[in-house]
Amino acid sequence: MAILEILTYPDARLKQESLPVEQFDDELRAFLADLEQTMLAGPGGVGIAAPQVGRFRRIVIVDCSRTRKPVPNHGRLFIVNPEITAWEGMTSGREGCMSVPDYTGNVIRAEKISLSYHDAHGKLQQLDAEGYEARAIQHEIDHLDGLLFLDRLVSRRNDLFRRKVYQPTPEQQPKT
Amino acid sequence: MNHWYMLTLVGKDRPGIVAKVTAALYDGGCNLGEASMMRLGGTFTIMLMVDFERSSKALIDLISPVAESLDLHLHLDRIEGRLHQHVEPDARVTVYGADRAGIVAKVTGALAEAGFNITDLESMVGGSEDKPIYVMQIEGTAAEGIESLQAAVDVIRKEGVEAHMEPIETLIG
Ligand SMILES: [Zn+2]
Repeated sequence: MAILEILTYPDARLKQESLPVEQFDDELRAFLADLEQTMLAGPGGVGIAAPQVGRFRRIVIVDCSRTRKPVPNHGRLFIVNPEITAWEGMTSGREGCMSVPDYTGNVIRAEKISLSYHDAHGKLQQLDAEGYEARAIQHEIDHLDGLLFLDRLVSRRNDLFRRKVYQPTPEQQPKT
Repeated sequence: MNHWYMLTLVGKDRPGIVAKVTAALYDGGCNLGEASMMRLGGTFTIMLMVDFERSSKALIDLISPVAESLDLHLHLDRIEGRLHQHVEPDARVTVYGADRAGIVAKVTGALAEAGFNITDLESMVGGSEDKPIYVMQIEGTAAEGIESLQAAVDVIRKEGVEAHMEPIETLIG
């Protein structure tokens, strides 16, 4: 196994669209092992996409099982040829990227998604993800379409407050 | 060798301030670093990192004509650049209320005591003239942990200030 080199913006290749995987062979699985090693070697990464290491195929890994604060998750996922089939809700959250060092920003993502994909052996899989894991999957799939979180930045200033004011949580309801 | 400066410009807001100031700096051979430019009340404020190869005197000579033409008060400090060393905030505190006398000091004092280092604070006055609403958003790092920060926010709430804390879980992917 090997730790692969991460492309960093402004490398133009990060803006390139990736192609579907057609062969589910040992070479693919060896690549997935390297990709996972590379993700684990990075600072706190919960996901990685193949184009981040210069392989322009529709392959991502997401692993939200080791976050500081535990979140609902499906463990380590090898996701090949993903398709998001349903979106629900919207939520703002802070994102950064191994390909964009020393910058983070707020991005709006769907709160819940349904995903169909192939696993490492080419078997069709389906899962529903929410919250942080859904955000990670959407961030990684964006890489396959040549999109960075920088393409989806929203104001740091207002979005959260608006959300809080217009949809108060029970604890924030005015006391009567 | 180049030097970093912090250029502060403050004056009555009017159209074209940012474009004219940044054009003058660009034409004078400056590179820009990080900046905060915003309207506070009727005043436009600029704090701008400027990378310039000459002296502070030369930079003042360069920017004075445009500052004077726009009625901006100018202040310049020599600084260390220290780019690419962002501190990632891990908590956000939102505060709002009708009463603003003392609210900032009260809240930030309690947060500091709980080990909260502020990286970013923005406050706005909304509402109407006779019923102003004060809104403050603070981001920072909870050096003594999120629990200690939450406890401080709970105390602030008991004292009648609407305050809410949420952890910032930055996703790196
Ligand atoms: Zn990324």
